[in-house]
Amino acid sequence: MSDILQTPLYDLHVELGGKIVPFAGYSLPVQYPLGVMKEHLHCREAAGLFDVSHMGQCYIRSVDGSDPAIALEMIMPGALQALKSGKMRYSMLLNDEGGMEDDLMVTRTHEPDGMLYVVVNAAFKDKDYDIIEQKLAGRVSLEPLEDRALLALQGPKAEEVLAALAPNVADLGFMEATSVTLEGHVCWVSRSGYTGEDGYEISVPEEAAEDLARRLLASDLVQPIGLGARDSLRLEAGLCLSGHDFDGSITPVEANLGFALGKKRREAGDFAGGDKILSQLTSGAQRLRVGILPEGRAPAREGTIITDKQGNEIGKLTSGGFGPTLGGPVAMGYVPASFADAGTEIDLIIRGKAMPARVAATPFVPQRYKRKA
Amino acid sequence: MMKYTDEHEWLMIDGDTVKVGITDYAQKALGDVVFVELPETGATYQKGDDAAVVESVKAASDVYAPISGEITETNTTLEEDPSLVNSSPLDDGWFFIMKAADVGEMDDMMDEAGYAEFIETLG
Repeated sequence: MSDILQTPLYDLHVELGGKIVPFAGYSLPVQYPLGVMKEHLHCREAAGLFDVSHMGQCYIRSVDGSDPAIALEMIMPGALQALKSGKMRYSMLLNDEGGMEDDLMVTRTHEPDGMLYVVVNAAFKDKDYDIIEQKLAGRVSLEPLEDRALLALQGPKAEEVLAALAPNVADLGFMEATSVTLEGHVCWVSRSGYTGEDGYEISVPEEAAEDLARRLLASDLVQPIGLGARDSLRLEAGLCLSGHDFDGSITPVEANLGFALGKKRREAGDFAGGDKILSQLTSGAQRLRVGILPEGRAPAREGTIITDKQGNEIGKLTSGGFGPTLGGPVAMGYVPASFADAGTEIDLIIRGKAMPARVAATPFVPQRYKRKA
Repeated sequence: MMKYTDEHEWLMIDGDTVKVGITDYAQKALGDVVFVELPETGATYQKGDDAAVVESVKAASDVYAPISGEITETNTTLEEDPSLVNSSPLDDGWFFIMKAADVGEMDDMMDEAGYAEFIETLG
């Protein structure tokens, strides 16, 4: 990587003692002096502030003034046309084989033309933008939002902290978003995140990002959280990391993300790779992403070979590490469908030794989203 | 007598009996230790072999045999409480004791002042 980028909060990360590492082309803190374990636990107990400005934020409009979701639904399997103003949905960008090039969040803005606000993974933003612009050429226009930072405030105290700045954020339910003025700046705030906790993601003009971050960190309830705890939090929550827990060779059915397929859409199959995905929905996928709990204390990392109890290789871990809230190792990986039931006994080959493990339901730690009744 | 390696291990040397652990610098660099895999008592290693594994939330690191010899004792307390590596790296967080095959292997190792200088150069 020749040019490593900095987010608008880089100086603040350094000032806070962040241990800076390269990640997806950006210099970002892997941890602060508190350390991964305590950062993780603090986020689950109170609130954590994450700089996720490296992620790709963009607006997508249709060229002819129609609903841009009509075009996007060709390459995404979610019910995007059904998104009402201020509602968001988790979806994925599919290739022609039904494989997941990336996962992303799509939100309907309040704009009269139904403009969508889309957030994609940092490592794939150029690829994603290319796919959207090429596959949907002449139908949609994509405007990258290069001048906005993205902060995530996550944890059971996130509402209390953010509502002190803007009381109306308490009215948002999980996967809802709206325009909110924070510290005098117009921000786009959603009740969402990737930790399994309640919380918010705040798209803020870059020049206002540091002030807002400092204001949030001024609360005793908030600690800054680095990439290390971000990863352990999302892993405990059973959430996929794009490029690791799936890639372009894996369908949403195989990745056990069928919930993201709209009901009508899964009947119609009117999206890229629809035939393959429909057939997997009907007759089942041959391999499935599952949660895995190693029985000992040894963490099993990404790439670890999974075997049956007879020692035959049946798959590999795609994520794995230690879950601080669970107090033990947690992992995810792909196994043949016949091994995918929770409780199935398997082995993980760690440093040449077969270590017992079990297929387990995810999330490993209960999600605590604030869904509206 | 204490000696140190550039792999950030410390050796507490009493004749040919050598207690081995990782330094405060090493435990800080690793972060929160969540798992330690110790060698078998009676196993023999050549200097530089992988002898133990220490894992933080994020990553696994090898602990090398700093000398050639036989493992005579291991700190099994670490299997129950790996966080001792962070809280007491030079004392309760020791890893194993070796009987040195060749005490001469330790002659060129850094002493405390030398190691302090070495970590200065790492910034």
